[in-house]
Amino acid sequence: MGKILAVTIILIAILSAVPIVMHTWVAPADVSVHGHLIDEQMAETMAEAGIAFLAGQILLGLFIWKFSDVKPGARIKNFPGGAMGLVIGAFLLVGTEVLALGVFGVKAWSEVYFQPPAANAMPIQVQAGQFAFYFRYPGPDGKFGPIHPELINEGTQNLFGLDQDHDPASKDDIVTAEMAIPVNHEVHLLMHTKDLGHSFYVPALRVQQDFVPGLDVTLHFTATKVGKYEIVCTQLCGLGHYNMKAYLDVMSQGDFDSWLKQQAANQ
Amino acid sequence: MKSLYKSAAILAVLVVVALGLLSTGVHVNAAAEGRVTGTIKLDGTAPHMRPIDMSKDPTCAKQHPTPARLENVVVGPSGGLANVVVYISQGLPASAAAVVPSKPIVWDQKGCMYQPHVAGMDVGQQLQVVNSDPTTHNIHPLPQMGGGNIGWNKSQPQGSPPFKTSWKSEEVAIPVKCNIHPWMHGYMVVVKGPYGVSDSSGSFTLDNVPPGTYTLTAWHETYGTQTQKVTVAAGKPATVSFTFKAK
Amino acid sequence: MHDAPAHAVHQHAAPTSFIRKYVFSLDHKVIGKQYYGLALIAVLTGMVLSWLMRLHLGWVNLKIPGLHLLSASGAPGDVMTPEYYLQLMTMHGTIMVFFVLTTAPFAAFGNYFLPIQVGAEDMPFPRFNMMSFWVTFTAFLVLISSFFVGDGPTLAGWTQYAPLSAVGAVAGPGQGMGEVLWASAIAIFCVGQLLGSLNFITTTLDMRTKGMSLWRLPLSAWAWFITSVMGLTAFAVLMPACILLILDHVAGTSFFVASNLVINDQLQPHSGGSTLLWQHLFWFFGHPEVYIAIVPGMGVVSHVLIANMRRPMLSHRVIVYSMGALAVLSYMVYGHHMFVSGMNPFSSLAFSFPTLIITIPSTILVLIWIGSLYGSKLRINTASLFALGFISLFISGGVSGFFLAQPSIDIMLHATYFVVGHFHLVMAVAAIFGIFAGSYFWFPKVTGRMMNETLGKVHFWLTFVGAYCIFMPFHYLGIAGNVRRYQAFVDDYLVGLIPLHRFITVAALITGAVQLIFLYNLIHSGFRGEKAPLNPWQATSLEWSTPSSPPPFDNFGGRHVVVYHDPYQYGIEGATDDYVMQDSPAQIQSVRDEK
Repeated sequence: MGKILAVTIILIAILSAVPIVMHTWVAPADVSVHGHLIDEQMAETMAEAGIAFLAGQILLGLFIWKFSDVKPGARIKNFPGGAMGLVIGAFLLVGTEVLALGVFGVKAWSEVYFQPPAANAMPIQVQAGQFAFYFRYPGPDGKFGPIHPELINEGTQNLFGLDQDHDPASKDDIVTAEMAIPVNHEVHLLMHTKDLGHSFYVPALRVQQDFVPGLDVTLHFTATKVGKYEIVCTQLCGLGHYNMKAYLDVMSQGDFDSWLKQQAANQ
Repeated sequence: MKSLYKSAAILAVLVVVALGLLSTGVHVNAAAEGRVTGTIKLDGTAPHMRPIDMSKDPTCAKQHPTPARLENVVVGPSGGLANVVVYISQGLPASAAAVVPSKPIVWDQKGCMYQPHVAGMDVGQQLQVVNSDPTTHNIHPLPQMGGGNIGWNKSQPQGSPPFKTSWKSEEVAIPVKCNIHPWMHGYMVVVKGPYGVSDSSGSFTLDNVPPGTYTLTAWHETYGTQTQKVTVAAGKPATVSFTFKAK
Repeated sequence: MHDAPAHAVHQHAAPTSFIRKYVFSLDHKVIGKQYYGLALIAVLTGMVLSWLMRLHLGWVNLKIPGLHLLSASGAPGDVMTPEYYLQLMTMHGTIMVFFVLTTAPFAAFGNYFLPIQVGAEDMPFPRFNMMSFWVTFTAFLVLISSFFVGDGPTLAGWTQYAPLSAVGAVAGPGQGMGEVLWASAIAIFCVGQLLGSLNFITTTLDMRTKGMSLWRLPLSAWAWFITSVMGLTAFAVLMPACILLILDHVAGTSFFVASNLVINDQLQPHSGGSTLLWQHLFWFFGHPEVYIAIVPGMGVVSHVLIANMRRPMLSHRVIVYSMGALAVLSYMVYGHHMFVSGMNPFSSLAFSFPTLIITIPSTILVLIWIGSLYGSKLRINTASLFALGFISLFISGGVSGFFLAQPSIDIMLHATYFVVGHFHLVMAVAAIFGIFAGSYFWFPKVTGRMMNETLGKVHFWLTFVGAYCIFMPFHYLGIAGNVRRYQAFVDDYLVGLIPLHRFITVAALITGAVQLIFLYNLIHSGFRGEKAPLNPWQATSLEWSTPSSPPPFDNFGGRHVVVYHDPYQYGIEGATDDYVMQDSPAQIQSVRDEK
């Protein structure tokens, strides 16, 4: 039965690797400027982790095969190099591997978090709340009017709590249920939540960031391909969490300008 | 012989008149319960109701090739204001106030909008919440804290049976929202006694009003309340109009 | 300390009444069995919850017959509502992590065998020990009671992030009473664990019999000791966190709730609290907690493997140091649960380095286990099968951790099924395999009977293959971006993944049903199993030297045990058998004192 176990372990390992190698289930195609760094990091990790996984399972299987149900007279042997060899091997191999991944991974992370947004990045505000995302564009004056939480009224769809009668900067603000952005134009996303924790995840854009009640969080990114993508919530926020999403429309600059005009008319 | 025919003829006439009186007697009873009818108008330009972007739930968006609009102010072509609830706020005798209609109020979720947007109902009258949409809805009425009505929050997956409940206490008005679809909003107005809700031509009717003098209140979600005195006589429907001023 | 004679600890006489013997017992062995029984009830409950979840995920509008009886509002017409899914999910996670994975490997096996393995009659504080079980049991009852109150249990996940968990009923069904019951149950659970840890630490340090130096402790004893130190520090943080959470609900405080939050168009009456504070407190507990779940399994698996390889580990001390390193590092890595939480991105990098480094002791452990197999005389029986399965599963689960340790990759994988696959492989499967290995190995000592080997092997094979069929696909789902904690998959990019979910559901139902074989085997063998010899595995540690199975009340029948050797004297040259018991005075020619 030891030999059957050995074969099973190795078979499971190989079968598990097949969908990965065959790219059966993959992340949506990358449409961002910084995403390739993440994808490269992922590919390297997959290669190293994959080798470690297969090597470990195969070695386990091999030793079970060889040393189970042995003849009664066999003598106990020590693994060549003993424990010290294995410990040193672990430190060298794993240590260098993890440090390399850690060090090279800093670049991908810093592209997202440690670079300031470009000077001409388009500011868009996103508000998360049970259970939808709403967006606000500053309008021709380029300014976002103040938010008055006590004025938020879903019944009249005053979602951001704007006082358009008294705050001049709010008068031209454009509130939408979909986020449209022009392609190849950096966006500076200003994130806040109305009520509790949510998260902003667009797999195709290679961004994920939690909203934190009480904090204003920001993100910046550039989309490189026209298309319709989904923004989904990834932090459990209540019963409607599964259905909390908004569409991200990446459009040509011309289409975006028309879209914004149309939205302004609908305010 | 002639006198026999004469008696029979008189008897027949008497029977016919008696039957006639009896049948008109029923009508006479009905005419003893009054009714109030009327029209509600909006004076001025109605505010622009924004179109609703339902894109976050494609099963909703699919049902509206032209977008649905917010329903905070619904005005008909001749200026009639819809969704105004008219009820008797003062003067109703206790016996009439205690009458609970047996017909249930159906609150439907269809096209990811509440139908009706505003419903009037009596304390204790059965409310049936129905989900006619191919998607899950979540009904969340928000009565006032400490007011006698207890709020609840229930989800109705598509195809689940209607859910039945009623309110214990008068409340003008209980906002209702759907957690899953944030644009869905409506009101349940819980009163005692007869009530009516205006349609898009602004007309409303209160039936089964016992004769008497009352204060009528008209409530609208945006324009608030107005009151008027009305006297209802047996057999004569009273007419009342309300005019709300657009801001 | 190890020279102090064990007889000094004859604290309590053998009980006579039924209540004292089986209910409020001071005997660590009875307490261990009580914990095991509690874990068994908990795991069956948690498993049924997982079936309900998986059925719903595969077929979202499925009518599950009778579900409305469990909750009329949660399942109108027997169709699960979105909130009920989340409530079941929260209870599944909470029950499994606390009442199965912290209870069985540590409290159940540890209570039973640690005193025996150190050569003691009992733990030094038997009353605290008894209290620790009954407090834990009370916590379980309080938790389960939330199923039966108003809106049902809390729906905020076992991680209970604030403010969802702190603002009260406005946030959703179950967030009022259900939430307060959850936080109370867990706070009570912490008390039980602290009492238990106290006993484990003092037993290991102060109750060792003559000749039992620390380095002569079996690896299972080391694992329980290391776990109990983690438990003391981790649960000591979770308990106040839960109390603060309860205060936010009942006392109008705002520890975890910021100002100006609007729910249902109403401004919430809170101000000044910190959302991230909860996450820091919770994960400072939460990461050591997952090592509390796995380290006892590592000790038990090492112990079981050694007896079945007929040789000690390549290095006994390296295993101990590696488990210790895991424990120490486990406090430094907790921020890897918070990479995209909104905390300072520099902190994320800071946490990622120890998280990557913790790979090293984990790898060392795996390499020592595999390296010790080399040149061994491996016996295959149900216990050793589960121990070997543990190694395979730990490799799989550990390797997926590699991805999650890097913040840049976590951007893609955070809150997806990749994380769920990772922790289920290491906790739900590997740790459970440790429990199974210990169960099959020690059943003869606890009951005096053998479990049925054929049924055991069937149980192993179906569970091993079944578990991989369930949890390996979770990783593929995660790579595709499948978000977790969704009760249904309605997003355009997720709809195509539903067939894979259905495959997983079928595998889960079958593998779950297979566990009933274990349950049957346990109960049937307990009454009718073949009588077991005193030392059926020819193993060396002190539990196999007790004069009877089960051991007598004072473990060694009045004998003052003296220890002469390291715990794993196997493969000795010149000895009659291929092993020498730890308390046998036999002089051995070439004593293999592996360091």
